[in-house]
Amino acid sequence: MSRRDIAAVLSFSIVAMFFIFGALMIHPFGAPDETGMDDNIITNAQTETGANNAVTSVVFDYRGFDTLGEATILFTAVAAVIMIFRRLNK
Amino acid sequence: MSGMSKIVKTISSITFPLITIYGLYVIAHGHLTPGGGFQGGAIVASGCAMMLVSYGSIWIVSRVKEKNLSILESLGAVCFILLALLGLGFGAVFFNNFLVGTNSLFGVVPAAGSGLADINTGGVIPLMNFAVGLKVIAGLFGIVLVMAHASRTKGEKK
Repeated sequence: MSRRDIAAVLSFSIVAMFFIFGALMIHPFGAPDETGMDDNIITNAQTETGANNAVTSVVFDYRGFDTLGEATILFTAVAAVIMIFRRLNK
Repeated sequence: MSGMSKIVKTISSITFPLITIYGLYVIAHGHLTPGGGFQGGAIVASGCAMMLVSYGSIWIVSRVKEKNLSILESLGAVCFILLALLGLGFGAVFFNNFLVGTNSLFGVVPAAGSGLADINTGGVIPLMNFAVGLKVIAGLFGIVLVMAHASRTKGEKK
């Protein structure tokens, strides 16, 4: 084996070790470490936002800024693509 | 890109309204069922992309101008930010849900717990869904249309 192969095997095993330890130490499904925010949203989302879909109430109400950033990303992407392809569409 | 055969054109003409109606349903029921503006807009835009593939970009470009799609997308973005600013004006903070609890447009608060959904709920969330849906439809269709029209072969150029 050349030194290149040894370096590849070493780096691969280190990254794999990180993934394996991460998978072993993850908290069980449905039991997050901090539950305060989840419980607050689940109990109050319907009365505070009036939406039956709690996910949408988070996306468009509690975390509206996040959606604003998402919309900005889409707007920028569309503007860039149209700008690039404008010359080809002549 | 030129058009495909008559069979493909007929089938896409039949299925395009159904896809559009389903996508608009997902947008309009964003506050009740899974989905929302982004997802429903992606569905409608994929239906438009199907029409683009089957009919060819030249046929589509002669009917839908990319400039109009840009205007529609900007209109959606402006509506979204305007609704957020209205929350700042009528409520206390940016993105305040100022319509909820007023019993006016979309202002009804549903009964707590799981139950049958009423579309007249959610405050500004449905309006924001409409704005984002318009933005996503126009944006994604604009991207696909521009790329398809740029990749047409030399012989098809008018």
